[in-house]
Amino acid sequence: MVITVALDRSSEDARPFIEAAGARHPSLIDTEHRVADLYGMINVPTAVWIDEGGRIVRPNDALFGNDNFVQFHGIESGPRIDAIRRWVNDGVRPLAEDDVRRFQALPTAAQQLARAEFALAWHLHQRGDTAAAERHFNRAGELSPLDLTIRRGSMPIRGLDPMGPDFADLYAEWVQAGMPYYGAIPVGGKT
Amino acid sequence: MSTGKEKDAKPTTTTTTAPEEHFTVIDDGRALDVRAHIGGSRVRLAHDVLRNALGIEIKLQGLCRGAVCVPIRDTAVLVTEDGIDLATCADRLGCPLALDIEARAAYLGVPAPDRGRDLASLDAPDFTLPDLNGRLHSLSDYRGKKVLLIAHASW
Repeated sequence: MVITVALDRSSEDARPFIEAAGARHPSLIDTEHRVADLYGMINVPTAVWIDEGGRIVRPNDALFGNDNFVQFHGIESGPRIDAIRRWVNDGVRPLAEDDVRRFQALPTAAQQLARAEFALAWHLHQRGDTAAAERHFNRAGELSPLDLTIRRGSMPIRGLDPMGPDFADLYAEWVQAGMPYYGAIPVGGKT
Repeated sequence: MSTGKEKDAKPTTTTTTAPEEHFTVIDDGRALDVRAHIGGSRVRLAHDVLRNALGIEIKLQGLCRGAVCVPIRDTAVLVTEDGIDLATCADRLGCPLALDIEARAAYLGVPAPDRGRDLASLDAPDFTLPDLNGRLHSLSDYRGKKVLLIAHASW
């Protein structure tokens, strides 16, 4: 089954997407970015595959439902969706257990500090301390410049357009860095 | 732990007793209003405040939080009559700390090795979050089924 988690500042930001999807799966709201912290997520959309025993069988990776924006991120939807079907329908493990560990991008100290700075910024923003919040959003972005849950995720909070010119600069920086999601994790079932 | 000091007592060579102020410490997503002594760039919490709010205390083994204790070599930096320095505490315990003295707030995050250890175990970390109707769901509610956990956002 699918569980979606919206890394949004409010259920109202997430609502249009959840309702448009019309899905009956649990569609959860994560205003504190708790799941991003627990799993070391640095961008969306990110998928983690978890088996019946609660074990991670494929670590954080990008997952798109279509190829509408493939020219921007380079991640094809087809092979991953096929692999999901093989896993769900035929029980084909996507990766051997050792490879799951090998392809996990474990968080660094700087990334965790960035998350603390972002969380402080969010708290300060919510209590009306906008100037102080801005200081810590900036600091979070300096500590973890390729964490888009922080750098792009903070834009709506700060009154910036996450689809606008500020994102254009960030996108250019991201492309320059090699369009890093989580590294090249093999797609496809293992024999 | 701070004793009443006479108003015109001479300052000690290390620190003067700063008045207690309200300070917000956020830990594991919970915001706690605590009493703190703020002097310069340092935030100090009384021993009982640190223990009750953050589960951190000084024992024979050193500076402890839960099952973790680290030896203390620089007690004079860590502990004064105003209490225990929060930033030094966090540093010694390896916890990331986002601190804003002016805003009187700090967020204590989770150390990278802790997150790494949990993830490397391959046990999917559990969480509890609300849906649009406010109903809470935990990942562990869905044990027994394959789960495709997908994070997304409006941005």
